[in-house]
Amino acid sequence: MSALIQEMSDKAQRLGIPLGVQFDLTYRCNERCVHCYLDHDDRDEMTTAEIKDLLEQMAEAGVFFLTFSGGEIMMRRDFFAIVEHARRLSFCVKLKTNAVMIHRSEADRIQALALDSVQISVYSHRAEVHDTITRLPGSLKRTIEAVRLLVERGVKVVFANVLMRDNFADYSGVQALAAEVGAEFTIDPTITPKIDGNRSILGLNIDRAQLQQVLRDPSLLGASPEEFCALPDGPPAPQDAQLMLPCSASHTFCYVSPYGDVCPCVQFPLLAGNVRTTRFLDIWHHSPQMKEVRSITLSDLPVCSSCAHGGGTCSRCPGLAYMEGDMRGPSHQDCEKTFVRTGVAPTGWRVRCEAHPVDETGADPQPPPAQDPGPIASSPPVNGC
Amino acid sequence: MSPVYIARVKEVAARSIGGEMMIMSARDSMLFSLNETATAIWQAADGATPLAEIVQRSVCARFEVDAATALRDAEELVEGLAQHGILKVSNLPIEETP
Ligand code: SF4
Ligand code: SF4
Repeated sequence: MSALIQEMSDKAQRLGIPLGVQFDLTYRCNERCVHCYLDHDDRDEMTTAEIKDLLEQMAEAGVFFLTFSGGEIMMRRDFFAIVEHARRLSFCVKLKTNAVMIHRSEADRIQALALDSVQISVYSHRAEVHDTITRLPGSLKRTIEAVRLLVERGVKVVFANVLMRDNFADYSGVQALAAEVGAEFTIDPTITPKIDGNRSILGLNIDRAQLQQVLRDPSLLGASPEEFCALPDGPPAPQDAQLMLPCSASHTFCYVSPYGDVCPCVQFPLLAGNVRTTRFLDIWHHSPQMKEVRSITLSDLPVCSSCAHGGGTCSRCPGLAYMEGDMRGPSHQDCEKTFVRTGVAPTGWRVRCEAHPVDETGADPQPPPAQDPGPIASSPPVNGC
Repeated sequence: MSPVYIARVKEVAARSIGGEMMIMSARDSMLFSLNETATAIWQAADGATPLAEIVQRSVCARFEVDAATALRDAEELVEGLAQHGILKVSNLPIEETP
């Protein structure tokens, strides 16, 4: 994060401004990805007029970074009307799409919108693997054609490569494809529970050995190897823990669903209100749920505040912890990633092993012996926070 | 000296955060932060009002600064913003493009 963005974010937090919002325009989709956390029926999506009004409220509230996601955003017939309205309101707009509905004319319109970027899901460089995951024959071909049209027009395209057991072997191929077409590349090694809490898709997650390979792959590492290599300093001092916030959710960021539900984050489905009945800014400032999440510091997390990684080596997601049943608890998936990165067993593991002898993620529930983390470097550019 | 006209470029994202204007250029994702006086100039950059008049109205009147100094600073600012592609500058009024 640039120093100026950090400064802006600190200022927004001090002033109580929701600087960033992810807004899912629809849960409908033309693909049926095996790992998708959504249900794809239309359960009374907001109308164009409702969405435009909400965008105006958000602009007034100070929202600057706006991500339109779904479902497949282009399933909405009013997609361009919505994004054009958002750009008229001067949001910094990012799109998340599978791009299969982008042809020449759509690419021209996207170029004219002067967006921040378009993030496109690519699971493999091989059609048989990608199309098996999306369950839409021909989807890789259509996606890559769209990517080329966008890149030709100077639109910044970012590949989002979600890793699962079935496409794990292909991430280098996707990375090479990104380089060939002129797109950036990000990788996300975490399959999360469905938005309704259903955990049946967690079995698709890569296993520990694969995670270790990804987290130590020099071709995926960022610019600060020392930071990633660092062993944990131990639990934070109590006075520091009181000042440490779990993440930006509810502080400078929130999520809005196609039905107007507002939550701290797409990955933190704690319902705080609905914009059809309450103004966006009232939900942001006054909902008890937003306030509760906002009140939590590291010192309120009994397990994580005593964990060696709590001081900073772990980027625990409170949303995942919430979906595991306790927003003040550890997130098992983050314990796993943190262990694989550092080789130092987290406190959350011990607690979980006592509570859950069987692990639905397929990972070994027993803490493996601590090991020398070896020459690992900085975190790959995973999606999220 | 011929008047200078300034207009905001549409291909940017912009938001006032606590009185400071944050501007992100779509061209290269560069982020700029404008202080209060620069923000006042940015907001008044309608392509139709000469810069000297903007400075007089939006800067001198509000921030109690000397007109000559304010105009010099404003000229420097608009030149910098124009170089980064986030402001258009011309000696003729700038038509708004749809
Ligand atoms: S850490 Fe989790 S809850 Fe927080 S912003 Fe990131 S994904 Fe959302
Ligand atoms: S590793 Fe686990 S227990 Fe430790 S801080 Fe992270 S989530 Fe909490």
